[in-house]
Amino acid sequence: MAALLLKTIYKGDVSVNSFKTNLRRQWQYHVLLIPAAVLIFIFSYIPLYGLIIAFQRFNPGTGFHSPWVGLANFERLFNQPNFVRTIWNTVFLSVMKIIGGIVVPDVFSLLLNEVRRTSAKRTFQTVVYIPNFLSWVIMAGVMIDILSADGIVNLTLLKIGINPISFLGNNNIFPWTMIISDIWKSFGFGTVIYLATLTSIDPGLYEAAIVDGAKRWKQTVHITMPMLMPMIVLMTILSMGNILNAGFDQIYNLYSPIVYQSGDIIDTYVYRLGILQAQYSVGTAVGLFKSGISAILILMSYYFADRFAGYRVF
Amino acid sequence: MQYKSPARTAFVIFNTIFLTLTAILCVLPFFQLLAVSFSSSSAVEGGRVIFWPVKFTLASYEFAIMGGKFTAAIFISFKRVLLGTGLSLLLIILTAYPLSRPKDRFAFRNIYMVYFVTTMIISGGLIPTYILVTKLGLLNSLWALVLPYSLPVFSMIIMMNFIRGLPDEIEEAAIIDGAGVFQILGQIMLPLLTPAIATVGLFSIVGHWNDWFSGLIYMQSTKLYPLQTYLQTLIMNFDLMLRMAQGDFTKLLALMNARTGRASQLFLGALPVLIVYPFIQKYFTTGLVLGSVKG
Repeated sequence: MAALLLKTIYKGDVSVNSFKTNLRRQWQYHVLLIPAAVLIFIFSYIPLYGLIIAFQRFNPGTGFHSPWVGLANFERLFNQPNFVRTIWNTVFLSVMKIIGGIVVPDVFSLLLNEVRRTSAKRTFQTVVYIPNFLSWVIMAGVMIDILSADGIVNLTLLKIGINPISFLGNNNIFPWTMIISDIWKSFGFGTVIYLATLTSIDPGLYEAAIVDGAKRWKQTVHITMPMLMPMIVLMTILSMGNILNAGFDQIYNLYSPIVYQSGDIIDTYVYRLGILQAQYSVGTAVGLFKSGISAILILMSYYFADRFAGYRVF
Repeated sequence: MQYKSPARTAFVIFNTIFLTLTAILCVLPFFQLLAVSFSSSSAVEGGRVIFWPVKFTLASYEFAIMGGKFTAAIFISFKRVLLGTGLSLLLIILTAYPLSRPKDRFAFRNIYMVYFVTTMIISGGLIPTYILVTKLGLLNSLWALVLPYSLPVFSMIIMMNFIRGLPDEIEEAAIIDGAGVFQILGQIMLPLLTPAIATVGLFSIVGHWNDWFSGLIYMQSTKLYPLQTYLQTLIMNFDLMLRMAQGDFTKLLALMNARTGRASQLFLGALPVLIVYPFIQKYFTTGLVLGSVKG
């Protein structure tokens, strides 16, 4: 999602005004905005207000106006060893995914950039971009099939003399299965972005370098990498806001109680606690905790993106 | 023609092989799934199916279409995509246009902007939203799947920046000719917005098609599940699906098992995206530069 921000690069205000502020015109602008403003109020601002049930003992009858209990829900939460484990898992998984999600598409796009034939380049791009468009439900279905004990991966391993590996049922392996499969699904998107940056590099730079006697490798180190750097910095900064999103769709469809220890993340925890066990207040307390930290991280990432990469989100 | 050193040639060969292998590795699992779905259960159980169907049969596909709730679920998904995307596009266009006006033409612009962007930064999260939807009586209604995220703020910003990139003279000329706001938006802007509409529309279509979670929490009966939610329960529990099937499928069931059944339905679920993907990919790529301000 953070990568989408790239599409929204916007620098400064467009300040062309040859017309006097016209109130009639402005009224019509309000009319256009009202439907969306109302829907956003109902479905985004009311739930925001609903966060107060984190400080209440939720009662389905009274809704958002249940008896106050102060910080009791938070106390209960932090006294559960499972919750602390959940935070650690979330941060570990998302940090590893962020690193992989930057390194892999970078290397792949650099190599792809060396391919001269445009048609071949486009074919590679198209193929690696496919998994991006499939839901995690489908991806998980495929993974469960190929990674099961009698799935193709383990059958192949068996043939070359390796004992079957429990990719989805072993706490040492499960997080890595998640990280690698996440890279599998999403690196095509990063590749497209980085490749777009690479193709926009001024060919004159390379020509000058060739005149100066620079070989391919030197060109890559002294031209391509520095030109790619701002984009890498930007992508890294923007992923910061997602540190507490370790991928609910993926984990929920692939985990099981055996791997809660290594794979349970904040979002899956909230879902089980809040929706399945109907502990609305404690579940919301977790949600509020996550929302608060995420908001700070997002604001920081916007600030840094503006400061260091010169990108404004809106 | 540039001189190619032996090292360069070696690199090019290695590079091509590496890229080809990576690309194949990316899609190989889907071919396996496809092979399993067309094979009969005995071959699959014997571990004989790799990337080509063994003992070819369409049993699991027949079962998917005739048996469970697959076709009903796909229909619900189509309805949802139409309703959700239509609503989102409408709201995106209505919102993006006034917000694309500079502050000196629309004094409240920044206030609205903060109002919308705040929802990107902080949200009530799962449970308050769930309680709200329940209280509004939207459980088991298609509206529960489309209303909560009816204005994707990201897409709105993309559209807003696209409108900003259009030449200012277009609007100025229309104003001088006496066109009102609605006329400018409906008759002058709208035709110019096609590329941006295609991009954000496709985001919305793929988003609605792929979303399974809202279906899981807001629909209380499997009959009401959209396709991805249905597939999700299918992966978790194929036996439940067998029990739900109506009619006599003894003949088909002899040729299939849970694995082939799942494989065929997963493949059918991915098919619409795979069919349109090559045609729409262009828009996703152009979408990357669409939002940026030109000049």
